[in-house]
Amino acid sequence: MNPFSYERAADAAAAIGLAKGNAAARYLGGGTNLVDLMRETVERPEMLVDVTGLPHGIEPRADGGLLIGASATNTALAADSHVRTHYPLLARAILAGASAQIRNMATVGGNILQRTRCRYFYDTAAACNKREPGAGCDARDGFNRYHAILGASPACVATHPSDMCVALAALDATVHLDGPDGPRSIALADLHRLPGDRPDIETELKPGELIAAVEIPPLPFARRSTYRKVRDRASYAFALVSVAAALDLAEDGTVRDVRLALGGVAHKPWRASAAEAALKGRPANPESFRAAAEVELAAATGLRDNGFKIELAKRTIVAVLGDLTGDEA
Amino acid sequence: MSAHSDAAASRPGRWQPAVTQDPLLRKHGAQGSGALGQPVSRIEGPLKVQGKARFAAEFPYEGLCYAALAFSTIPRGRITALDTAAAEAAPGVVLVMTHRNAPRMKAPSLMMSSPTAAGASDLPVMQTDEIHWNGQPIAVVLAETQEQADYAASLVTAGYAPLPAVTSFDEARKTPRQLDNILGQPPVVEIGDAEGALKGAAVQVDQIYRTPRHNHNAIELHAATVAWTGDELRVHDASQLLDLTAGQLADIFGLEADKVRVSSPYVGGGFGGKCLWDHQILACAAAKLAGRPVRIMLSREGVFRIVGGRTLTEQRVALGASADGRLDALIHTGIAAMTAHNSCPEQFTFPTRHLYAAKSVRLAQEVADMDMLANTFMRAPGESVGTFALECAIDELADKLGLDPIELRRRIEPEKDPTSGKPFSSRHLIDAYEKGAERFGWERRSKAPRQRRDGEWLIGMGCATATYPYHRFPGGAARIRLTAGGQVTVSTAVHDMGMGTATAQVQHIAARLGVPLDNVTFEYGDTTLPRGVIAGGSTQTASIGGAVIAATEVFVEELLKLAGNDSPLAGLSLADVETRDGGIGHRDDAARFESYESILRRAGRGELVCEAEAPPPAEMEAFSMHSYGAQFCEVRVSEITGEVRVSRFLGSFDAGRILNAKTATSQFKGGIIMGIGLALTEETNFDPRTGRIVNASLADYHVPVQMDVPAIEILYTDIPDPQAPMGARGIGEIGITGVGAAVANAVYNATGKRIRDLPITLDKLM
Ligand SMILES: Cc1cc2nc3c(=O)[nH]c(=O)nc-3n(C[C@H](O)[C@H](O)[C@H](O)COP(=O)(O)OP(=O)(O)OC[C@H]3O[C@@H](n4cnc5c(N)ncnc54)[C@H](O)[C@@H]3O)c2cc1C
Ligand code: SF4
Repeated sequence: MNPFSYERAADAAAAIGLAKGNAAARYLGGGTNLVDLMRETVERPEMLVDVTGLPHGIEPRADGGLLIGASATNTALAADSHVRTHYPLLARAILAGASAQIRNMATVGGNILQRTRCRYFYDTAAACNKREPGAGCDARDGFNRYHAILGASPACVATHPSDMCVALAALDATVHLDGPDGPRSIALADLHRLPGDRPDIETELKPGELIAAVEIPPLPFARRSTYRKVRDRASYAFALVSVAAALDLAEDGTVRDVRLALGGVAHKPWRASAAEAALKGRPANPESFRAAAEVELAAATGLRDNGFKIELAKRTIVAVLGDLTGDEA
Repeated sequence: MSAHSDAAASRPGRWQPAVTQDPLLRKHGAQGSGALGQPVSRIEGPLKVQGKARFAAEFPYEGLCYAALAFSTIPRGRITALDTAAAEAAPGVVLVMTHRNAPRMKAPSLMMSSPTAAGASDLPVMQTDEIHWNGQPIAVVLAETQEQADYAASLVTAGYAPLPAVTSFDEARKTPRQLDNILGQPPVVEIGDAEGALKGAAVQVDQIYRTPRHNHNAIELHAATVAWTGDELRVHDASQLLDLTAGQLADIFGLEADKVRVSSPYVGGGFGGKCLWDHQILACAAAKLAGRPVRIMLSREGVFRIVGGRTLTEQRVALGASADGRLDALIHTGIAAMTAHNSCPEQFTFPTRHLYAAKSVRLAQEVADMDMLANTFMRAPGESVGTFALECAIDELADKLGLDPIELRRRIEPEKDPTSGKPFSSRHLIDAYEKGAERFGWERRSKAPRQRRDGEWLIGMGCATATYPYHRFPGGAARIRLTAGGQVTVSTAVHDMGMGTATAQVQHIAARLGVPLDNVTFEYGDTTLPRGVIAGGSTQTASIGGAVIAATEVFVEELLKLAGNDSPLAGLSLADVETRDGGIGHRDDAARFESYESILRRAGRGELVCEAEAPPPAEMEAFSMHSYGAQFCEVRVSEITGEVRVSRFLGSFDAGRILNAKTATSQFKGGIIMGIGLALTEETNFDPRTGRIVNASLADYHVPVQMDVPAIEILYTDIPDPQAPMGARGIGEIGITGVGAAVANAVYNATGKRIRDLPITLDKLM
């Protein structure tokens, strides 16, 4: 880890002021990802601006939605009673991630901006376009079990590792930003980029911008929602594939509305819009679910180690939607 | 006072291995011996939970500096450029050591090649520009703080002239090599014409099984604190190999053996990994160069880069059986990856040498040389992965025969060791199976696969044999010190890596000498003590036992001498007496007794000190000695995702006498948990393009976590082995054996799919 200075910001304006114009400054949330990357010398910031003092409230909005301060911890968000009642998929997604200790430290802002777990990205001896543009990608023909099956590029096949973001993508969450040029908002689904030929540019954030809050609009049918994560051990492992879903059934047993997002499959939390479109108005049965999954994964391609994830994603979608049609969902 | 000699060995009353039994096995009801087997809590537990037990990286020294390593990024070649200027200029840096300025040192020698050899590899350490594996240390940075050292090490850059390297197993296996021995055993065993018998057999199984590389991941990172005073070297190590480490360091640095002192009172997990690796040698060299004490603690990545692990294997097991389930042919062959500078071939054919009766046998193992880090022992080397192949094949055969797998094992249970012809010292495998089966509810297992389910979860049961050899290492000594107040201290340079050695030995000594537990101290973990054995191969307890028996004999003889003619013991010799109730008594005459305190007092002695060396392990020559067990597993497999969850596990062991029910149960359970990792999750990703380990972190190298581990039940026969000291055969490693197969067999029973390639990840079951 390189030497760095540390500043604690009292509010967003102070944080932005401290980091302004300093390309080597980084905002520090719980540090559970950033500090790891600093230890591996993948990140070498000269200044850390601690933003954990920024708002961390979790407040229901008049419209039934929820406003979450970026510094709310993952633990607090998963435990929030409004979240548990109205957005169970979000609570489940968070609890499926990391460990209790890490969730106690991790912030909502940091979780959204955590970086890929591609091992070649972590190992400075490996070639990685994300770490060093133009260096090549050792993962393409290497160990890529955890890598993308959707939206990847020749330059990078990494995935975004967050569980929480998959639920937020399904919920149409908005991310409120603040920065040197003032506040703005962006849909979570648009925040992360696909790798293209610049995998080093991971989000639409501009230099010096920070995440101030996340807003979730009301979605009454999200009471019937869940998150399923498939992984290599029962806990404390990143998703091979995960599915966040909320289902709204009509009286006649057809799908009135549905929200579906996938994790572990792409460089960003993957909102499964094509599957959603294919499901609306269809009978809520395994055949429709499978057909929708086929549509969503039609463009999926496998690498050396991860071809199984295409079928795994399809099966998990079908299983999750099936669970949500059951009585106890 | 008196070391072991052959003349002494034949004196009446002495324990003669293979001829007489440890006298402790005859002892009944004497005060103290009641403690043997009891679930006594670890004696060092309170120190550990209070943080008062000092581990290798926790010893303070005036002027201490901290070490960090830089590692090579190519598998083979020469260093052509090494830029240390930035590192040297970084804050707090004391020095940077590379092959250019490192003190000249002799290379380590391969373990077992000499009495002081402790090397996993015999390559010189940082003496030349040659690179032999990806991850080899190329520089040591010393700095005033660990953070400064780590940062400076990241600034070291190197250029290389690569040489062709063999980093693909598929490539390496094209030119296999046969070793002249496998840990002293013949690499090939042939009885009859096994291939011919296989072809002619009524029922055949012939399969290839693959097991991947594994890395050591003990919770305590490898560490050492080292200090020179003149030509004396003091090393606080995390070690399961104290005397060998001291001897080897003396060789490497050209010192007299008694100038090196190594101690290691507490170790946070060993499993075969806490031996001598480059880091201790480099820390000593750097400390010499700097003229300051040095602390080195590897990063987790560092452990992956410079501490070897279990190598990968590809094994063929072929079984030819008659329709009634007798083996006509038993074939177990295969190949493991190794380096040319190493002696760890993963002896996977060992379990097959003694487990089952067969009319013809063929066992053979070879190695494939690769350019990589040296292999090492990792909990049950050989047996852990060898039983995976063998015990899966046995299950496959039972299935083909339409026999219950336990019944098949009953039919192929041998009367004597099938390859050596020696009698078994004690073997109760079928007992272990029967007890385990009853307790586990084996009768509820469906004969055909895919018969039980709970929603999407298919449920299955499997079993497999566990086994691990008994060994007793020669050369260990023990010292007994008795004070006038009746306090006993037994000392020997052995190890407790958390498994409970010291606790069990206190119980053992209390029982042997007939004194209360509270009167016993066990001193270990320091090379200033009488020479100890290594803690490896599940041998330590028996080896200490042998030394303590010998020391006790001297102790009793000395006390009888001191007691003289005014004692009720007058005229009695070693053969006539036993230790009991804090003294010595006639075996058959309760009235003839004198306490230790009384003998010392009358003799005017403040204390008595005796030392002796264990007699050679003749029992191993005369008998086939092994521990056995039956592993039972229930799994749930998602039909949708292929996820496997172990829902119940039971291990039923026949490991001789159990000295401490609590620590032994923990050893068995720990082995089983590690076995669940071997079965389901653990795999080192070795990149064949670069020879580099890709998942060098605990986030990516998956050991089982809490939720992967169900409640585990442990049973044991507790039948003393008449040939082993204390009747105890060693329990540290057997727990992991058979687990891979028990899980795989349960997965088959649940799903109808045979997975012969570990780990059993979900993609293989989808
Ligand atoms: C062993 C391990 C296992 C894990 N397993 C999982 C898992 O299964 N699922 C999962 O989803 N996650 C997992 N995680 C990741 C974990 O969720 C993230 O590390 C955590 O959410 C990051 O939050 P943080 O507050 O600690 O972020 P930090 O590490 O502090 O920051 C992460 C990034 O966000 C930036 N940042 C932080 N806050 C802001 C802000 N307000 N505005 C702008 N930028 C900001 C930082 O500059 C940095 O680039 C795991 C982590 C570890 C170490
Ligand atoms: S997949 Fe992306 S992050 Fe991984 S090595 Fe390739 S470029 Fe780097």
